[in-house]
Amino acid sequence: MTFKKIIIAASLTITVAAVAFAEEPKSAPAAGATPAVSTTAPAATAPGVAAQTPAAATSAAPAPLKKNVELKANKAITLTMFAVIIGITMGVVVWAARQTKSASDFYAAGGGITGTQNGWAIAGDYMSAASFLGISGLISLYGYDGFMYSVGWLVAYITVLLIVAEPCRNAGKYTLGDILSFRTNPKPVRAFAAISTVAVSTFYLTAQMVGAGKLMALLVGVPYKTAIVGVGILMVGYVVFGGMTATTWVQIIKAGLLMSGAFLLSFLVLLKCNFNPLAFFQSIVNSPDIQDHVSKMVLKDGVTLTGIDAGQRFLEPGLFLKNPLDQISLGMALVLGTAGMPHILMRFFTVPTAQAARKSVIIAMFIIGGFYVLTTLLGFGAAINLTPQGIISVDPGGNMATLILAQTLGAEIAPILGDIFLAFLCSVAFATILAVVSGLVLAASAAIAHDIYVNVVKDGHADQHEQVMAARITSLVVGVVGIMIGLMAEKANVAHLVALAFAVASSGNLPVVVLSLFWRKFNTAGVISGLVVGTIASIGLVMVSPNMTYPLKVADGAKKVVAAMEKKQAELPPGATLSEKDAKSLAKAKVDSQLTGTSMMGLEKPLFTLKNPGIVSIPLGFIAAILGCLMFPNKRSEEMFDEVYVRQNTGLGMAKAIDH
Amino acid sequence: MSEKVYDWAAIAKNPKFIELHHKKQAFLFGWWIFSSVYYFLLPIGAAYAPGLFKIKIIGVINFGYMFALSQFFVSWGLALYYAHVANKDFDRLTRELINELHL
Repeated sequence: MTFKKIIIAASLTITVAAVAFAEEPKSAPAAGATPAVSTTAPAATAPGVAAQTPAAATSAAPAPLKKNVELKANKAITLTMFAVIIGITMGVVVWAARQTKSASDFYAAGGGITGTQNGWAIAGDYMSAASFLGISGLISLYGYDGFMYSVGWLVAYITVLLIVAEPCRNAGKYTLGDILSFRTNPKPVRAFAAISTVAVSTFYLTAQMVGAGKLMALLVGVPYKTAIVGVGILMVGYVVFGGMTATTWVQIIKAGLLMSGAFLLSFLVLLKCNFNPLAFFQSIVNSPDIQDHVSKMVLKDGVTLTGIDAGQRFLEPGLFLKNPLDQISLGMALVLGTAGMPHILMRFFTVPTAQAARKSVIIAMFIIGGFYVLTTLLGFGAAINLTPQGIISVDPGGNMATLILAQTLGAEIAPILGDIFLAFLCSVAFATILAVVSGLVLAASAAIAHDIYVNVVKDGHADQHEQVMAARITSLVVGVVGIMIGLMAEKANVAHLVALAFAVASSGNLPVVVLSLFWRKFNTAGVISGLVVGTIASIGLVMVSPNMTYPLKVADGAKKVVAAMEKKQAELPPGATLSEKDAKSLAKAKVDSQLTGTSMMGLEKPLFTLKNPGIVSIPLGFIAAILGCLMFPNKRSEEMFDEVYVRQNTGLGMAKAIDH
Repeated sequence: MSEKVYDWAAIAKNPKFIELHHKKQAFLFGWWIFSSVYYFLLPIGAAYAPGLFKIKIIGVINFGYMFALSQFFVSWGLALYYAHVANKDFDRLTRELINELHL
């Protein structure tokens, strides 16, 4: 497996890698790597075949028959579907641009989105390519743990529904800063809220952009940089011209496409087991390929399992998620962080009433939860029909499992259907990327234009025309910066950035939002100390965590590979050489084993052993917010609590929030 | 835009408002804690009670799988229950409060 593919895989698993104990991406040059799977079409060089050769050479035992799995998108069909999506969304932008006249139109679609529409848009905003491709990939390789991992992403919405959605709708206007500055000293609070929003959005956006570039390169074979610029131009176009209205509709379209794709594919998977779930699970346990795959995995932990027992093990926890504390920490960041994500909070300002906000969260929960339940079928379906070995041969992280499954099951009906179905799912991935990045750009520009420019620089004195202009220019700048970061970060280690975004949202934003809405004594000092300590603690802990690259650890790993490869070479019959793939990994491991030095922070090994800082940084954020507020009490903030509390509970005085 | 001036402190002392916010607070935080506890039982159980998670319930489908799947249904059920209570009680109390204040 080429090194570049490892990087591609790792960056696609951006969210997945948050808890991953798999190998990390390393930012080393990848020379002579195959740019895209679609170019490896000739059967002689297909990865599936290459993977079989060493197995046949080293063991005479009857290994389970491996399917020759490969992924090649039909370029003409795929690009046509992309063009259709671009065409439709551009039509939406033209229509939305005509309606976007005031700041309220730009940031909140004039408050004219219905609860149902907003529910679909939240789902579209939230489910990134990593959850679409990554989670079913995890299930296809690690079984139960992948499914367990998906649960937190839905449960997170209980916090959104019960604690933040309706109060934010009633107390806010366009941004996080609006909610926090209500009874505090607005200028410093808005400035800090904007910095935190921009930080969270940038972390998330960088991960999404890099993932988008790699995914597009892999799917349609365009170079990484072209893909980034293309996605970036569309994203900027949607946001600058169409504002929230266009972004909302792009997200709704994406959620619709995603759910149709998932339903269709699940239907095909169920068709194969005659719609009998028991038979479906039985075929997981009975699959000789899955049994073989699990035996090899547990062998690393010194456990011997074979046959049915190994198959059954695939349905039990512990194959992937091995550190419970890290999982609990991630769970906390998800459950509290989703409710502190600026691009999610912003969606509640687009609906007219608290009732509509409530309805939209409930609809979003059914869409998101429904999707993750279907993911089980897709993930296990891929494991049964493609075999884990086949999936790994295309992509070691399993991210391509859903796509190959679509192609394979479609082609079993008619070859052309396989191509069409694969192209359809590729365009779903494309729409997914566009919807998520647009939402992020909009949230970051709202914080800069509305909080910093209009309310801090101009003291709130800007007419509608100026506000909309400021918003458009800011989105353009944010979008261009996003493209530039995407271009620069091609080889960077971005896997931890989504976890970092959730950590900052849960440790910095959520404590101050909750305390602002529910605690009488809360004030300016509390907001600022909470935001600053929560944000710095999350970033700081990630900087010294195992997410970073530690050259000495890389060298240790590489030395083991060198030893293993040299042993393999010695066992070969005289005259025979290692396969090309093994030779390459040996050469690379030899280079890596010479690595010395320290991580970015000057450390030889991680100071903090968890990949997810939430379990420490969330309590720190709350404590800092409470202490800061108690140290500098403010009478005015306390007196204004009645107003905030009555407003957030009843929606009284909301006209101000909409009409400005 | 001219804005109606409300006496927020007076509304906050209105018995209807106090009833509304007590009911809401108890419901929201109570059920939020329930759902969080139920969720964290999943990673904790998977790590510390693997024996329980392995018990087969229907065919080869084990307790762990059923428990993970139940998380989805518990979340959905809670969302629907909240919608029901909010539409029936909280919204009604809010309307009554606003009518009483003649706003």
